Amino acid sequence: MSGRRSRSKQSSVSSITDDQITDLVSKLQHLIPELRRRRFDKVSTSKVLQETCNYIRSLHREVEDLSDRLSQLLASTDSDSDQAAIIRSLLMQ
Amino acid sequence: MNNPHHLNPTSLKSRFTTRFLRALTKIRAQKPISSSSPTEIFRRYRRIKAAADKSMAYSVRSRRIWSRAMLWKLRSRSYRRQDPCSGRRSGKTNQAIMKKSSNENTTTRREDGVGFVEEADELRQLVPGGETMNLCNLLDETAHYIKCLTTQVQVMKKIADFYSF
Repeated sequence: MSGRRSRSKQSSVSSITDDQITDLVSKLQHLIPELRRRRFDKVSTSKVLQETCNYIRSLHREVEDLSDRLSQLLASTDSDSDQAAIIRSLLMQ
Repeated sequence: MNNPHHLNPTSLKSRFTTRFLRALTKIRAQKPISSSSPTEIFRRYRRIKAAADKSMAYSVRSRRIWSRAMLWKLRSRSYRRQDPCSGRRSGKTNQAIMKKSSNENTTTRREDGVGFVEEADELRQLVPGGETMNLCNLLDETAHYIKCLTTQVQVMKKIADFYSF
């Protein structure tokens, strides 16, 4: 990656290095399903951030959909004894 | 990630699951006369969504900038409901969060030809507390936030599937 600034040129306030940014961006890249397959390609930071935003939005939507689904499901169930079973099965995985 | 065959009672997943299930039980216990009317279902939807966010924020506590921001938002919302004069208190807490996250590394803009300022700002809108974060923190917090969101989705899906049969 070109453009590695020498420390003396940077202002004394900023201590973020290009390497730090690159590392953090690639860490993000691995978390996003869209980009995980392109792990060995050079994906631009702009693209990673873009896809990150899309991914977060889709996760938010999933939470909303699931809350919606649960609100309908809870209307019809009564018993509380399933709870222990749920917890056990959830945590076993 | 973790060994799937060992129960880890302190994992984020189990902390969230326990809290969220507890909240769901409370919500279910509030049985109005017509528990299947659209209004009631919508009300329950809002409570469930709030419970999901609350459970996640409390499971992470104040270890992260985004969770601190979320907790502050949740608390100030409930303060405002009880006491309309608490606006000043909320303002002070927000400053405290801002100070904590932008002390060092105050560069938030990298307009050096790398060209992702807009995308970074868009991301800031999506991550709780993002507006106060410098780029480094933003990237780090986002990674953790995504991990927590996927855990949240995973658990909620399992619960919904369970109740679907």
